[in-house]
Amino acid sequence: MADQALGSRSAGGQAIEFDQGKIRRDMLIRRIGKIGLLINPIFAYFFLWAPIIVLVVFSFNAGRNVFVWQGFSVQWYTNIFNNTIQAGTEAANFNTQQILNAVGNTIVVGIAATIISTALGTLVALGLVRGRFPGKKALDAILYLPVVIPEIAQGVSLLVFFGILFDYAESVSGSRVSYGLGTIVIGHVVFCMSYVAIVVRARLADMNPRLEEAARDLGANEWQTFWRVTFPLILPGVVAGALLAFTISLDDFVVTFFVQGVGTSTLPILVYSMLKRRVPPEINAISTLMLLVSTILVGVSLAMQGRNAAKRT
Amino acid sequence: MPPIDVELRNVIKEFPARRNETPVRAVDDVSLQIDDGEFFALLGPSGCGKTTTLRMIAGFEETTYGEILIRGKAVQHVPPFHRPVNTVFQDYALFPHMTVLQNVMFGLEMEGVKRAEARTRAIQALELVRLPKAIDRKPRQLSGGQQQRVALARALVKKPTVLLLDEPLGALDLKLRKEMQFELKTMQRNLGITFIFVTHDQEEAMTMADRIAVMDQGKVLQVGTPEEIYETPATQFVADFIGETNFIRGNVLSSNGKYITVKLDETTTMKAVSDQPVADNQEVLIALRPEKINVFAAKGTIQYDEGSSESTEDYKKALLRDPNINLMRAKVLQDVYIGTDTRYSLDIPGNQDIVARVQNFGLRSDTYFTSGQEINIFWNAENARVLTK
Ligand SMILES: Nc1ncnc2c1ncn2[C@@H]1O[C@H](COP(=O)(O)OP(=O)(O)OP(=O)(O)O)[C@@H](O)[C@H]1O
Ligand SMILES: [Mg+2]
Repeated sequence: MADQALGSRSAGGQAIEFDQGKIRRDMLIRRIGKIGLLINPIFAYFFLWAPIIVLVVFSFNAGRNVFVWQGFSVQWYTNIFNNTIQAGTEAANFNTQQILNAVGNTIVVGIAATIISTALGTLVALGLVRGRFPGKKALDAILYLPVVIPEIAQGVSLLVFFGILFDYAESVSGSRVSYGLGTIVIGHVVFCMSYVAIVVRARLADMNPRLEEAARDLGANEWQTFWRVTFPLILPGVVAGALLAFTISLDDFVVTFFVQGVGTSTLPILVYSMLKRRVPPEINAISTLMLLVSTILVGVSLAMQGRNAAKRT
Repeated sequence: MPPIDVELRNVIKEFPARRNETPVRAVDDVSLQIDDGEFFALLGPSGCGKTTTLRMIAGFEETTYGEILIRGKAVQHVPPFHRPVNTVFQDYALFPHMTVLQNVMFGLEMEGVKRAEARTRAIQALELVRLPKAIDRKPRQLSGGQQQRVALARALVKKPTVLLLDEPLGALDLKLRKEMQFELKTMQRNLGITFIFVTHDQEEAMTMADRIAVMDQGKVLQVGTPEEIYETPATQFVADFIGETNFIRGNVLSSNGKYITVKLDETTTMKAVSDQPVADNQEVLIALRPEKINVFAAKGTIQYDEGSSESTEDYKKALLRDPNINLMRAKVLQDVYIGTDTRYSLDIPGNQDIVARVQNFGLRSDTYFTSGQEINIFWNAENARVLTK
């Protein structure tokens, strides 16, 4: 019965003709496209990751030669940790103590810069999203400046800025302050703050402003509203921003190079000064360790931001 | 007279102008008096200023001009967290990082109520909205209707003088909506809390409210009971917004107290009621609800259910004994059968089209008219009201 009904219907309507040639051609184009889509990222990722993979692989090279594989070894790592790098040896004009100093500086600067820039960046984000004041749009645009302007320009400007500041401080107090960890921290805060503000602002902008109104409606004052409602809701953004800031601070070279003082080298600066003569294999080992730490931090930061996205729905 | 709970005196709200634009007057000279324990609805189309009015009462927006009084006290300078007012937001605004119980307890904790007591009271509130099982869930694990109940419990637990509800049923499906309308109404009666309820759904407002304020473009056009608003709409907008209405145009021939006679064309007049004095020859607009219009055949006999019959001429004579009856010929343009009723589009003298809604009593064939047919229509002048504006 049903078959009959269907049959009579198609007989009544127009017969459908498929253009087989056209279909075959389109299928071919599709297949080529698919292959292209597959190859494209492979190439992109190859160029992105190949140098890094080479670096990691050669940090486990048994030989001193950085270009020829001579078997597996962890001696460059043990060299660093066993304090067996001697100043004046062969190519390396440094020792383990210097590395440990640099690592210490890096971490101190990183933590200080992270705490300050997270606090300031969060406040900036709050002001930009919740505040109502003239020139807000312009300020909003300026937020991205430290992210996009060349770091070299930032370094130079900080150098000049501190120079003027120190001269002025000397003329007022009579004693000379100079570059050191403090200036590095300030330099890092300048650009880390923008990253924090951008991440937190994204989170805040997504937050329903009715939630804060609901809190005030239920009897919470501004302070209680912030700590009980706003802050817990933007916390994942704040943590993500802080991790990002810490990561960026850890491997910053350019700004640090300009505002560092005597004996306040951070790890990236030290690595660079080691490179000046030759590439000692320990560098590969140090770089690999830095890479590991950065990757973990960025990974956690992304995971936090991903959790934001999941929570939103 | 119950005391006045909330009063708005000439309240104006202007939002500052954007570039090259004039400022937006969201609320334009609104005065309202809302009684203690009243279920008061703010009704109007989208963008008419309902939410803005509510937000000013809650304290989230400042008035540009005018005064708001709660229990006789001016509240302009009282921040939201000190007003004896709580809000159920349109999107509920439940705190996503807190459980249902924590959400409901929040307001009590802010008052400094001890945790144990806050917990007991929160659970009581959740029982009141019939949601005692979900206390440990997060809001996003609840359905829309359940979230709505939590929002209600969270506001009610504070025992506010006034509860503000901004289209709280807007996100629910029709069936749940009807249920909640009933529940809200019952709850409001039992608790005796003043409800100010915002909606753009006239049926919802009519079902629930003791009194309705109809708003349009920032102005309150009419305040009254559902019956007053429906039966005696003050303006064309109100008549049109609340239910279906015919607007009939005509020129005033004479007036006698509140009754006026209006000329539709050279040979046809009708009587209507006007609350305002009108001048002779003035053009007026008359509102007439479709269900107030009766129809019967142009000629022949009218069959009654009990078996008797009457000629249409006799029936007409009997009708015209009442001086308030308007009787005239009309031509059926279109007939639409919709089960309980039939909707007729009619052409009446003066070349005007109106709609009549007739209940289907007997069998369809007995009373049904079809397009093209000439019929008699009549209505009582009391139901035809002259509109201002
Ligand atoms: N913060 C604001 N800034 C500028 N204009 C606003 C603001 N809030 C509301 N308006 C304007 O005020 C008018 C009234 O808005 P309101 O939200 O009170 O309308 P509503 O009656 O609640 O509408 P709906 O039924 O769509 O919720 C609208 O024209 C709106 O565009
Ligand atoms: Mg609204």
